[in-house]
Order: sequence, then C-alpha cells, then structure tokens
Amino acid sequence: MARMKFLCDSDRCIECNACVTACKNEHEVPWGINRRRVVTINDGKPGERSISMACMHCTDAPCAAVCPVSCFYTTADAIVLHDKDLCIGCGYCFYACPFGAPQYPKVGNFGGRGKMDKCTYCAGGPQQDNSAVEYVQYGANRIAEGKLPLCAEMCSTKALLAGDGDIIAGIYKERVQRRGYGSGAWGWRTAYKQDLTV
Amino acid sequence: MIRHLPAALLALTLSAGAVQAQAPTPSPGRGTVSAEEMEMQRMLQGGRIEGRVSIPDARAASLIQPQGREWREFHNRTLAWVGGVAVLGILGLLLAFFGVKGRIPIPGGASGRTMTRFSLLERANHWMVATCFIILGLTGLNLTFGRHLLLPLLGPEAFTAASLWGKVAHNYLAFPFTLGITVMLLLWAKDNLPERRDIDWLKLGGGFFGKGHPVAGRFNAGQKMVFWITVLGGGLVAASGYVLIFPFTVTDIAGMQLAHMVHGIIAVLMIAAMLAHIYIGSVGMEGAFDAMGSGQVDYNWAKEHHGLWVEEEVEKARQTVLPPGARAAGGD
Ligand code: SF4
Ligand code: SF4
Repeated sequence: MARMKFLCDSDRCIECNACVTACKNEHEVPWGINRRRVVTINDGKPGERSISMACMHCTDAPCAAVCPVSCFYTTADAIVLHDKDLCIGCGYCFYACPFGAPQYPKVGNFGGRGKMDKCTYCAGGPQQDNSAVEYVQYGANRIAEGKLPLCAEMCSTKALLAGDGDIIAGIYKERVQRRGYGSGAWGWRTAYKQDLTV
Repeated sequence: MIRHLPAALLALTLSAGAVQAQAPTPSPGRGTVSAEEMEMQRMLQGGRIEGRVSIPDARAASLIQPQGREWREFHNRTLAWVGGVAVLGILGLLLAFFGVKGRIPIPGGASGRTMTRFSLLERANHWMVATCFIILGLTGLNLTFGRHLLLPLLGPEAFTAASLWGKVAHNYLAFPFTLGITVMLLLWAKDNLPERRDIDWLKLGGGFFGKGHPVAGRFNAGQKMVFWITVLGGGLVAASGYVLIFPFTVTDIAGMQLAHMVHGIIAVLMIAAMLAHIYIGSVGMEGAFDAMGSGQVDYNWAKEHHGLWVEEEVEKARQTVLPPGARAAGGD
C-alpha cells in the first residue's frame, strides 16, 4: 500500500490558485471553507515563495489524537479522514492541527461551528464510495476511482505533487539535483517528522 | 523527433553547465529559503510561519503553527493526568477521611433551636451555581475522559449524541454560572475578607484534625477558601471559556490554545476543591447541609463552627428587639 502525501515545490509554485479553485469546484466546498489555500511568504521581498497547503495527512495525526469523540480514521493509504456524523464541532482538531486544515461552516459563536470540514485527499468519507450522501458530506472520491487528488493533477507547473510519499520525494529530489536549488518540502518535518534534504 | 532535437541539446548543454558550475543558484533576488529550517526554528522558538493569502479568510495566512503540538501534549497528557489525579486523589482522601473520622457530629447534639444562616436569595443563587457547576464539570470532563470511559460503553452514535448535547449545555450554562458567581461575590465578599483569626483557624486545622475548635465569624477560613476558589477560579474559567465560545473574537489561535489550557487546568482543580466542599456540606458533617437546605441551622452547630457570627447575630437581634438604652437581662 502506498503512503499518500502532498509535496509543494515552492520554487515552481506561481500562486495561480488553480489548485484552490479545482478543489472548491470538485467537491462543491461550502462558502467560507478552503480545503486548500496558497500562502505567499516573504511577499515582495527576497525569499518570496508561494506554498499550496492543505491537510497533510500527518503521521500520528494530531487532529485524531485530540478529538474527544475519536471520529478520525486512517485509510490503508495513510489518508486521514473523519466521520462528520460523529463530529461535535468542538474545534479541538483545529487547535492541534499545525496546518490550519480543519475548518467549520459556521462562525462558531456560542459554540455552533457545525461539522468540521477538511481536505479528504479526494478520498471521500466513511459513507459508501461515490454515493450521493458521501458527495454531499465530503465531496468527490477520486481515490476510489483510482485517481489522485485533483489539485495536484491540475497544477500547471507541477509544483504540487500528490501520491506515494517515496515516489513524490524522489521526483522532488531529482528536480532539486537538476536545477541545483530547492526550498524543501513544506510541512514534511512537522507532518511526517521527515526532512527532505537533497 | 527532429523537431525536439534542439531542445534536447539545449537541455543537455544546460545540465552539463550545471554540473560544471556545481551548484547553480536561483536567479538573483529570489533569495534562499529552507522549509526545514523555518519549521525547526518556529518549533524551537515559537511563532508561526505566516504569509499572505488572496482569499478573504485572513486566518488561512498561517501556514504552519507548530504550537499545536504543545496543545496536543497538554490536552492528552497534562490535563488528563492533572485532572485524573486531582479528582481521583481528592475522592480517595475524602473516603479515607470518612473512614477514619466518620461523620462529624454536632457537639452536645442538636439543640432543637435554629437560627437563619442563609436567606432564600442566597440559597437559590447557591443552588443555581451548583447545578450549573455540576453539569459544566461533567460535560467538561467528558471532553477529556469520555472517549476512554464512555465511548466503549455507549458506542460512537450514542456517545456523539451525548457529547453534542453536553457541549450545548456547557456553552449555555456558562451564562447563569457567571451570573451566579457575580451575585455570590456581591452577597458574600464582605464576610469572606481574610482576617487574622483565619490563620489561627488554619493552624488548628479547622478543628478537623487537632483538638479544640477554632473560633470563626460568619465564614471560617476553609469556607473563605471555597468562596475565593469559586469566585476567582470560576471567574477565570468563565472568562477563558468566553474566549473559546467566541472564536477569534478576542484573540488568535495561540490565544485560544492558551485560553483552553487555563480553562482546563483551573476547571479540574475547581472540581477537586468542590468535591471536598460537597463532602463536608453533606455526609461529612452533621447539621451542615441545613445551612443551604432549609437555611436554618441548629444553634449548637452554629455556636461550634461560627461562634463569633452567632454572637453578632444575637447582638443584632437584641438591638432590634430592645429600645436603645435598655439593659439586657441574661438571655443569650
Ligand atoms: S494536517 Fe491537520 S487535519 Fe490533516 S492530518 Fe495533520 S493534523 Fe490532521
Ligand atoms: S471538531 Fe469534530 S473532528 Fe474536530 S476534534 Fe472536535 S469532534 Fe473531533
């Protein structure tokens, strides 16, 4: 089984936000929630980089560790998913997540956040694969169809890579070796306790 | 094939050039950034990796916040341990105390004569706060311990239903709770100011451990402690709780993590303190419950525990009954 990961090569990302748009459209993500976003650091300064970030599907995922109702589960491909029927919208996963992935459909005053929503790695949820109920709650299930996440598929510069961690790390390393520079794999140290030094 | 040849040649020469130059640098002005270094540095020194986003949600500009790890550590270990040890520890101590001392009787038995200790307002307010506190405490503990204790018993659906209602109750009962402790502060603060004799009371162990019973006014040092734990602890728990039920209104994610830590730790310590308070006000001591039950306490009980207060009350009663200048004749 593969160990699915995301890797954003920020030396290629041009902040076009196609991944963000593709995700919103593919899953009909509600207003106010962005399962994926592009953050530009050092904006307008030397060292400016744009990084496309979503749930990293962490090893020993912090969200799952703190959830008071234990509604997370990890698939055989190491994708971290959750059950919205069990979520109580407490916000704990949001405090614990290093990447700001968990989000809520409502403002949250008086504790009424609604059910947590986050990137599913295009793998849906606990419902029947590609059923209407699954789509409404979690969006499309491309993994069940043998496809990779749409954000990475859509990426015009192939900055955003999705797939088995070893394979995408290999692609990235090769790139860095060829071009001679690379900012590294954003979030890998935090999410997978792994450095991608080339 | 032929069409692609020039490009292939170009790539070849470029990569040959790259090998010769050893490490071609990115175009000048792009600077160097290392994801690993930035993550490592933030993890060790605090702070977040933040930038700019083009979507309206400004919170999305936080790229990586390694502090989530500390919060997780707090929630899963520190809070669970402190809470578990505090609550079980105090229960164990109370049980042991009950085993050794049993129920503390009224010295000389009940006299049958009573005096008013708490008015209806005081009692109603106490029980409003108490009811809120018990529900707030149980629903709060559920968020830390429920998944270990209740989830296996109830199953996921029923546990989620219970936790969801618990969360709603927790959020809304915060309001009557806060109102109640404010009223407590107004009603009782003046009788709970620390005095010199509180030190003697504490030195004598409140009469629980040593011989002889220390004198006290309306509230003894132990009750004053309960009062200030309730008012100050409750105030802090309430304030930090409001920060959490209005996310991002007052502070950012770091502030909310901190608010949760303050909220959780003070709450479990308060639960432990209140268990002792509940014990002594019910099974632990004969005659104590009446104070908050009917509001009427036995005269002998009052004399033993709140002698100075009894004297004051009796003095007040004389002032109202007798015309000024009249001489008291014996009596109390
Ligand atoms: S990125 Fe956040 S939501 Fe995703 S697995 Fe990690 S902790 Fe959970
Ligand atoms: S918001 Fe939902 S998924 Fe997140 S920790 Fe709370 S119950 Fe679990």
